[in-house]
Amino acid sequence: MYKIVKAEQLSEKNFLMVVEAPWVVRSCQPGQFLIVKIDEQGERIPLTICDYDREAGTVTIVFQTIGASTERMAKLKAGDCFMDVTGPLGRPSDLVEMDPEELKKMNILFVGGGVGAAPVYPQVKWMSEHGFNCEVIIGAKTKELIMLEEEMKKVAVTYIATDDGSYGYHGMIPSLIEYLVNSGKHYDRVVAIGPVIMMKFVCQLTKKLGIPTVVSMNPIMVDGTGMCGACRLMVGGEVKFACVDGPEFDGHLVDFDLAMERQRTYKTEEGRALLRYREGLSYSGKSSGKECGGDK
Amino acid sequence: MAITKQTRVPVREQDPAVRARNFLEVCLGYNEEEAREEATRCLNCKKPACVSACPVNIDIPGFIQQVKNGDIAKAYEIISESSALPAVCGRVCPQESQCEGKCIMGIKFEPVSIGKIERFVADYARENNLVPEVKAEKKGKKVAVIGSGPAGLTCAGDLAKMGYEVKIFEALHQPGGVLVYGIPEFRLPKDTVVAHEIETVKKLGVEIETNVIIGKSITIDELLNEEGFDAVFIGSGAGLPKFMGIPGEQANGVFSANEFLTRNNLMKGFRADYDTPIHRGHKVAVIGGGNVAMDAARTALRLGAEVYIVYRRSEIELPARVEEVHHAKEEGVQFHLLRNPKEILMDEHGSVLGLRLVKMELGEPDESGRRRPEEVPNSSYVLMVDTVIMSLGTSPNPLISSTTEGLEINKWECIVADEKTGQTSKKAVFAGGDAVTGAATVILAMGAGKAAAKGIDEFLSSQD
Repeated sequence: MYKIVKAEQLSEKNFLMVVEAPWVVRSCQPGQFLIVKIDEQGERIPLTICDYDREAGTVTIVFQTIGASTERMAKLKAGDCFMDVTGPLGRPSDLVEMDPEELKKMNILFVGGGVGAAPVYPQVKWMSEHGFNCEVIIGAKTKELIMLEEEMKKVAVTYIATDDGSYGYHGMIPSLIEYLVNSGKHYDRVVAIGPVIMMKFVCQLTKKLGIPTVVSMNPIMVDGTGMCGACRLMVGGEVKFACVDGPEFDGHLVDFDLAMERQRTYKTEEGRALLRYREGLSYSGKSSGKECGGDK
Repeated sequence: MAITKQTRVPVREQDPAVRARNFLEVCLGYNEEEAREEATRCLNCKKPACVSACPVNIDIPGFIQQVKNGDIAKAYEIISESSALPAVCGRVCPQESQCEGKCIMGIKFEPVSIGKIERFVADYARENNLVPEVKAEKKGKKVAVIGSGPAGLTCAGDLAKMGYEVKIFEALHQPGGVLVYGIPEFRLPKDTVVAHEIETVKKLGVEIETNVIIGKSITIDELLNEEGFDAVFIGSGAGLPKFMGIPGEQANGVFSANEFLTRNNLMKGFRADYDTPIHRGHKVAVIGGGNVAMDAARTALRLGAEVYIVYRRSEIELPARVEEVHHAKEEGVQFHLLRNPKEILMDEHGSVLGLRLVKMELGEPDESGRRRPEEVPNSSYVLMVDTVIMSLGTSPNPLISSTTEGLEINKWECIVADEKTGQTSKKAVFAGGDAVTGAATVILAMGAGKAAAKGIDEFLSSQD
């Protein structure tokens, strides 16, 4: 059992949790992900590691409610437990392994769209802790969905963009990037994390601008260790597994249209499971939270 | 002396028409009377060929004589000396090419039904709470076992019996490896059979920790240098599913057999009270002819689909166990043999619409000794399906080899290990099972786990 130390609702559908996960925290690096499973019946849900505290043995995760398992997850409170947490999975961000001298000369723009701000945060924090230059864009549909603004501002220059103009720059993330570049900003690299459609349009722009761009893919997964192949993507004409070859890839090589198609694979089945959950909490007999047992 | 019976005692099975729509076990097994009767067919050979054909060398005539005499507990004791997973082996071993394939009775008549008798003994032991005895002295040394599949469980069980302190690290949330995620419920019941076999290994003193990914959560070097383990056994299993590289393979509705089976077996996608979704196709093509392909096909059938096996060679080359092919046919799986997929057709939403197949014929034998399939010119046609399951085998998982310094791999990226001892190129590190051989069978992995346990014991004893 893995105890939830903190549970916070960030907005209507976005939630943040701090969870005890000693095996994950032992060696995790920015860019990696973990898998959580609420209880016996729950799905294995891959989530990017948003922060970690090696001394406390805890990791921070942020998720959006999209299906039956995530809706049940949203009901968990501090003191409740996940039945399973495993990781770290995937390869750490390239930045971690880059030559520090090279990195020192660079200015990197991080882009977090929607819940994507969460996985961007540990990378920005890592850059700031090591004295490297970077700036951040947090983008969302509307002001209420902007997350981690305070935290981000503490570690880097931060720009905000909202689609409806309710806060910060009025417009989509790519147009803000273009605006910044046109106003004289120079970026050596862009790291974009968020909805596939956002990453697609960011990459279209940065390709035009000639800025190398890294994206973090979060496709459907089951085991997360390379066994099932559900997370396969086409990158530069080759089949890649996001779980072992990624989750970060060269954004100018990823086939985003295919990635969006593949995300729809279980739409119908997931929709049915969600309906079953919403319409009949009692029918399935599921509790929406686990008491931490005395066995650990 | 009565004339030995020429044919086997038939085993009871669920009716094909009924079982094709449920996940309950297909084969119902022998009862005591049937098992004892079948046991009388064993000739109790002086030089039993069956024993040397068994990868873990169970004293087969020995336990069968006990069954004949009605001492099932004694029979269980004899099997347990060699095998930690008899209820599993009795169900999934390819007996026809191992013990039963060498049975002298089989020369003229039907071989003794060794697998079914073994299964009866193991099931009897479970139902009557028989536990194998442990009487080893503690050695005061710790061994880490990576993976809780057949290789890992066998190696761990044997080491525990020798007196070592053993801890298994499992990457998934449930122990059992392929016994849990791969082989379906109708062939190997999870809650009764598999869970019980794992409990038996635990009762030997083996500790199992789930959700630990060796190579990620912690490395092998850290296990040896920081966590105080004296040796490590790698039984991490096969790896990444292979795809064909044909057009349309990324379409929605194309799955690896691993994904399809894992969703169904480990995540229990077939049950409405579990959250994990599974794709229930209407017309499903399974590409491949191995045991995994049969498992995927029969699972899709039970989820309500019409199912076709597509295999590029002919029936005699099918790598699956004869019994699995037979069961699949009985249940209504249709075999499209000597056919090879060329392309997956999709609709405007990127979902599978059909499979373009080409007819094949067999030419000269290739390096595997099997006749090479060759395309028949101008023979392509479309099979309308909405789901395609690729069951083409796996390639090794790099998680461990890429994070362990000094661990040699071969050109297929499998871990190099000595067949007799399991010793790898790295000191104190042993390996066995699919991680070494590539995808093979449960019993071969068990044999490798057993050999490695001996190898580890010899290594650690020489360290004193």
